[in-house]
Amino acid sequence: MNVVNFLSASAIPIIILIIITYGIKEKQKVFDIFLEGAKDGLKIVISLFPTLLGIFLAIGMLRTSGVLDFVIKIISPVTNFLKIPSEILPLAFLRPISGSSSMGVAIDIMQKYGVDSVIGKTASTIMGSTETTFYTIAIYTAAVKIKKIRFVLVAALLADLAGIIASVIICQILS
Amino acid sequence: MLNIIWPAFIVISIIYAFLSGNIENVSNGLFDSAKSAVELTITFFGTICLWNGIIEIVKRTTLIDTLSKALKPVIRFLFPEIKNNKKANEEISMNMVSNLLGLGNAATPIGLKAMETMQKENPKKDTLTNSMAMFILINTASIQLIPTNVIAIRSSLGSKEPSSIILGVWVATITAAVVGITAAKILMKRF
Repeated sequence: MNVVNFLSASAIPIIILIIITYGIKEKQKVFDIFLEGAKDGLKIVISLFPTLLGIFLAIGMLRTSGVLDFVIKIISPVTNFLKIPSEILPLAFLRPISGSSSMGVAIDIMQKYGVDSVIGKTASTIMGSTETTFYTIAIYTAAVKIKKIRFVLVAALLADLAGIIASVIICQILS
Repeated sequence: MLNIIWPAFIVISIIYAFLSGNIENVSNGLFDSAKSAVELTITFFGTICLWNGIIEIVKRTTLIDTLSKALKPVIRFLFPEIKNNKKANEEISMNMVSNLLGLGNAATPIGLKAMETMQKENPKKDTLTNSMAMFILINTASIQLIPTNVIAIRSSLGSKEPSSIILGVWVATITAAVVGITAAKILMKRF
């Protein structure tokens, strides 16, 4: 596992090094560009806050009221059979529907079960490896006024399911 | 969709809490939720802005062109019908590179342009062509080199090894993409 840890740990510094080196080689004002990008980041964070607040509120209430535990208990036979941790389920359902909401749910899972726990890592992996399928299909077809989407939704949801199952399995193997 | 789910969650929670005697927990929890949303947003200012700054440098260098070139064989395989449409090829490769780098905000506008370019050659204007369908599928698969946002969030939450998920993300994302592309290649012959 040491090789995996080393690769994961050095991936980001190496990529940053390559990027900065390219910037210097092409005589770009690297620092100014960095500042511009960071300023755009501010907008992303500010627009994320209301969704985060709304989702934390709703998911928090599901948890403190006991609804979440109740639902997890009911469906656990099915998830146990599929070897999917039931704590992940709310995320798996919400992921294709809304990006920022599922991010809120993933954060909630990481805080509750530990960011470096298997469940926390699985939630992170799902967030990193899947996309907001419904939203993506909607904007790409609406932009060119397409009404018949043929097999796209089926194939995309199959891909999501495969991604979620792969996330669960790989996180259990790597930990 | 969330306009139905969100209020339903809240109403169900409150009713269930009254029935099960958990209403005090719910009441206290409300303010904890608000507090953690604020705390998290503050740490996001650091991590998300950092990544946006780094990625902005990529956008301004020829690194982005180099990556586009590397993608050519992949595009040939995925979109055999548009091999003579240079504009569509360029837009698709820019979109894929942006996605690879985790630049969702850059990928979408270019992606929509690619859709328009492909729509011009579409004989049935209300139905997706094979290439358009495959293109949307690639965009729903989220193939990323570094899941920067998730890593940023993990370090905000105090992870000891925020980037340890990279390898897992690669495996999961490739699995998802292969399943999606295979399903599409099979289904496009029948539907």
